[in-house]
Amino acid sequence: MMERTYAGTCVYCSDQGYLTELEQWTPEIGKEIAAEEEIEMTDKHWEVIKYLQEQCKNEVALSIRRVGKSGVVNIKEFYALFPGGPLKKASRIAGIPKPVSCI
Amino acid sequence: MNNNNGSKKVKKMMLILSKATLDNAYACFILANGARMEGIESEIFFTFFGLEAIQKSKLESLHVATVGNPGMHIPTMLGGLPGMEAVATKMMKSKMEKLDIPPVDEFLEILTASGTKLWACKLAMDMFDISEEDLVDDLDGVLTVGDFYARAEGDGTHVIFI
Repeated sequence: MMERTYAGTCVYCSDQGYLTELEQWTPEIGKEIAAEEEIEMTDKHWEVIKYLQEQCKNEVALSIRRVGKSGVVNIKEFYALFPGGPLKKASRIAGIPKPVSCI
Repeated sequence: MNNNNGSKKVKKMMLILSKATLDNAYACFILANGARMEGIESEIFFTFFGLEAIQKSKLESLHVATVGNPGMHIPTMLGGLPGMEAVATKMMKSKMEKLDIPPVDEFLEILTASGTKLWACKLAMDMFDISEEDLVDDLDGVLTVGDFYARAEGDGTHVIFI
């Protein structure tokens, strides 16, 4: 565990850069993490982030398959929105733990 | 090849599926999908019996091998009894559904949507009299071994035979 500063706020992160306390997350923090991942956030991106956070709060284990069936985004769009590892990058931006799924 | 910081990053996985038992097909699909999830390119070359995994008429009835599979921990003679493959396959499928692992047809759709390339082996198709219409619509094309190796060019590419 370590501390990092995003959008002027000090937050707790895992050593791989995932927020450990979702309550500390704000959209501004998400935006700065997205910039680190070289992603410019659009309304569609935020929609996905909101969905991931809701799933996390409901303690649902996330997978690409589940996101694809969410009705929010299909798998192809998900890869296009967050290129180079969509589930990991989107989870980081959403302030939720690193996904453990292989699917 | 080493890059500047001395690490050898995996950039591309070239998987060769030569057997279409359920266990082998899933191992291959999970490796290909897992690569895409990490931002690594992946391609699958379906050859010999591996072609069954992309054959429309066969892909939904792939089985777990109960004979000659030491991982089953049952005597080979028992593995050959009628119904054994069906029981083992049913058990594996129900376990996988619980783990959110999709069935073969859906998995192929996920792979395509994720950017994994699916290639059929030309020689194996000729050998088994299979035409492109027999194969899934998501197929990216038919390749020779030479074509496949040409696609494996570049640093950080790994070729795995399953």
